[in-house]
Amino acid sequence: MWLVNETKPTQVRENKTKEKKLKERREEKRRKRQLRNRNPSLRREREMSVETERSSTESEVSGLDYEETALTLRLPGGTSRVAGSEPDRKRGFSETVELGLGSDAPVGTRGVGSTDDQSDESPESQASVAEKPPAPKARVVGWPPVRSFRKNVMKSCKLVKVAVDGAPYLRKVDLEAYTGYHQLLTALQEMFSCFTIRNYPDEERKLVDPVNGTEYVPTYEDKEGDWMLVGDVPWKMFVESCKRVRLMKSSEAVNLAPRAQHS
Amino acid sequence: MREEISDMSEDDETGERARWAPDLSKNRSDDSDSGPGPPIGDSPPPFSDQVLENVLENVLEFLTSRRDRNAASAVCRSWYRAEAQTRRELFIGNCYAVAPHRAVERFQSIKSVVLKGKPRFADFNLVPFGWGAQFEPWVKSFGAAYQHLERICLKRMSVTDKDLTIIAESFPLFKDLTLICCEGFSTLGLAVIAERCRHLRVLDLIEDYLEDEDDEVVDWISRFPETTTSVESLVFDCVTCPFNFDALERLVARSPSLQRLRVNHHVALEQLRRLMARAPQLTHLGTGTFRSEVGFGEVDPNLDLVSAFGASRSLVCLSGFREIEPEFLPAIYPVCANLTSLNFSFANLTAEELNPVIRQCHNLQTFWVLDSVGDEGLRAVAESCRDLRELRVFPLDPTEDSDSSVSDIGLQFISEGCRKLRSILYFCQRMTNAAVVAMSKNCPDLVVFRLCIMGRHLPDRITGEPMDAGFRAIVMNCKKLTRLSVSGLLTDKAFEYIGCYGKLIRTLSVAFAGDSDGGLRYVLEGCTRLQKLEIRDSPFGDASLISGLPFYYNMRFLWMSSCNLSMRGCKEVARNKPNLVVEVIRDAVEEEEEEIEAVEKLYLYRSLAGARTDVPAFVKIL
Repeated sequence: MWLVNETKPTQVRENKTKEKKLKERREEKRRKRQLRNRNPSLRREREMSVETERSSTESEVSGLDYEETALTLRLPGGTSRVAGSEPDRKRGFSETVELGLGSDAPVGTRGVGSTDDQSDESPESQASVAEKPPAPKARVVGWPPVRSFRKNVMKSCKLVKVAVDGAPYLRKVDLEAYTGYHQLLTALQEMFSCFTIRNYPDEERKLVDPVNGTEYVPTYEDKEGDWMLVGDVPWKMFVESCKRVRLMKSSEAVNLAPRAQHS
Repeated sequence: MREEISDMSEDDETGERARWAPDLSKNRSDDSDSGPGPPIGDSPPPFSDQVLENVLENVLEFLTSRRDRNAASAVCRSWYRAEAQTRRELFIGNCYAVAPHRAVERFQSIKSVVLKGKPRFADFNLVPFGWGAQFEPWVKSFGAAYQHLERICLKRMSVTDKDLTIIAESFPLFKDLTLICCEGFSTLGLAVIAERCRHLRVLDLIEDYLEDEDDEVVDWISRFPETTTSVESLVFDCVTCPFNFDALERLVARSPSLQRLRVNHHVALEQLRRLMARAPQLTHLGTGTFRSEVGFGEVDPNLDLVSAFGASRSLVCLSGFREIEPEFLPAIYPVCANLTSLNFSFANLTAEELNPVIRQCHNLQTFWVLDSVGDEGLRAVAESCRDLRELRVFPLDPTEDSDSSVSDIGLQFISEGCRKLRSILYFCQRMTNAAVVAMSKNCPDLVVFRLCIMGRHLPDRITGEPMDAGFRAIVMNCKKLTRLSVSGLLTDKAFEYIGCYGKLIRTLSVAFAGDSDGGLRYVLEGCTRLQKLEIRDSPFGDASLISGLPFYYNMRFLWMSSCNLSMRGCKEVARNKPNLVVEVIRDAVEEEEEEIEAVEKLYLYRSLAGARTDVPAFVKIL
């Protein structure tokens, strides 16, 4: 009897703390959302100043070029960390890679398809990456007047399956969550955690399994059913046409059209 | 399509109703929501008058239009009382215009409530979170007073799970819950409604934002008891969390009256087919994800969608079509000829993919689509849908500098083909005055004209002139116009025209337009029926704000953000008009206590309730 009674108070306590935690989490989310909604322009400015601050510190610290040695990856150049910015359509994957040292913006932190994102929050594209001469106007909150519901629905409709040769499971990624190939590959790396991304001098990207040294080449099936190398077409075109992704063993990828043929 | 409910800003119950005749004692018609009247709490009348009153009550039972009822209530005290006794639907266009207890005291036998909260610009993130419009005080008052309440319809209110529980507990006859653009509740609250509202017929959740609980997503669908067989409408495409499909299938199977079903994106085609087999009597169907679960590009040989649609002889409205795989579109061919309403606005279709479908939709009256179909797609619509009344063209890429495939050319096609058009919402990047003028001439029945040229301050793409001439033609030629949204490069001239010709306009939305105070002045002085005016990012200052003083009591609200207003001007308005609540909304509260002279956001509205007591820190009531 005593034992039975003993468990009860703790059970009740557990439930209460669980409820409390849930409540706290909800409050936290509301507060966060409130802050986000409060002043998007203010937040934008803060983001930009943080980025420029960090990049100057880095160059001060050492003369080393981190790009070559770092295991954790950063976004190249000044591409914004908030999805929804508009990289120039003509800029291909190789050009993205070419860009030099940039800010230390954490990769993949945007999160996949966050539902209360305001897609008009992106800061202006920084001059270093802009290929169209006049920088686009600063985005304004709530313009064009499309409801978040609609924006979110249209946003999260690019889920594709990712398969890895030899792995028994599939994962899904939302291509709309990324602004470029680099982010995507990094996300894949994190997802399949056994890989590291190896940089090749000719700007190829391969995923490597450090355990057995097998190289995987990211490939994808497009709308026409052809298997292509990831990175050959401009990002937006890729997002539009990609139906699924397969990390193919390098040895098997020889049948795909060689990169040189694609401009 | 039930989507017309989401257009509740068109407060006219029916478009064909006779206009409200102006009250000659005032300088403009009084469209107040609950009507003026003698104070509440009179002593009861003598016996003979009581008989008359009873007779009157019997007659007034038949009066449904609230405008007519407002008029009747103003005749004399006896009529006021009789009308109050017989009113069954309570419509409150601004939840802060009257206090709950007052509404409940006057109207004691309400069966249906329609309540609206936040200003419309809240949809575009212009109103900070936590601003207000809590349903709680209302549901508590209703719960205590209205035992026979059957229907609640809320738009832009903040509704919590607790509120939903109060609904479930307070109203034994409750039948219809419709929530549009609301937030604050979760699947927990839905579960309570499902479980406890034994006579529930309608549960329509339209573009709501549900609180996400990562840990505890409640499977609310399975909470409908087995005894519940009365469901007529179930709309939940905005509820993004997964649910138990088998429970839904069982619910559908035991609901013979089910007419409207709109599911969320967790339902793929295979499951849709099962649902359709259970409910061949459906009239409104919202598909989930319009693709096969089995594999990309592979088709399950057992998936016979065509016969599923073929068996649904009653379908008149289709929507959903998320993540569409166009190869499945032919499945809907059997129902196209019967469709009066089709919503493709979440389907990224090209003109080629749209063509074979739209060619068969001869009876379409409402069509929502994405601009991915381009001007060519709109040409097909114009040629096929001669009976079209409402068209909405949404942007696939809703950003300011996106490329849109629709333009003035598409608008021209539509104007030539769809002569009966009454309502249009058109997002584009390129427009000409000529196309807008053409529409004004070809579609004289237009009641709603909303044009959104997404690039700010864009002129006529051919002539380079402002878009003044186009909107002038609209207000001049469309004599029934009650709702107008303007965009593009506009000078004060445009507003002069609107004020001069737009005599029936009730709702006007202005963004990035005008040159000076004169613009707003024209509108305030000219649009005698104006009820709702929302303005953003336009150079209107204190002088124009003050020029509207004689008119604000006859409007429901005025919203002005990112204009040239200052505290001085707003305070003067507040000082002059005691029954106006003047709210100044700031974005960041972390700033110093000292007052900033510039007013970023102004929201003012007439109210019998005075300053509200639930103001958050970032709102100041003057």
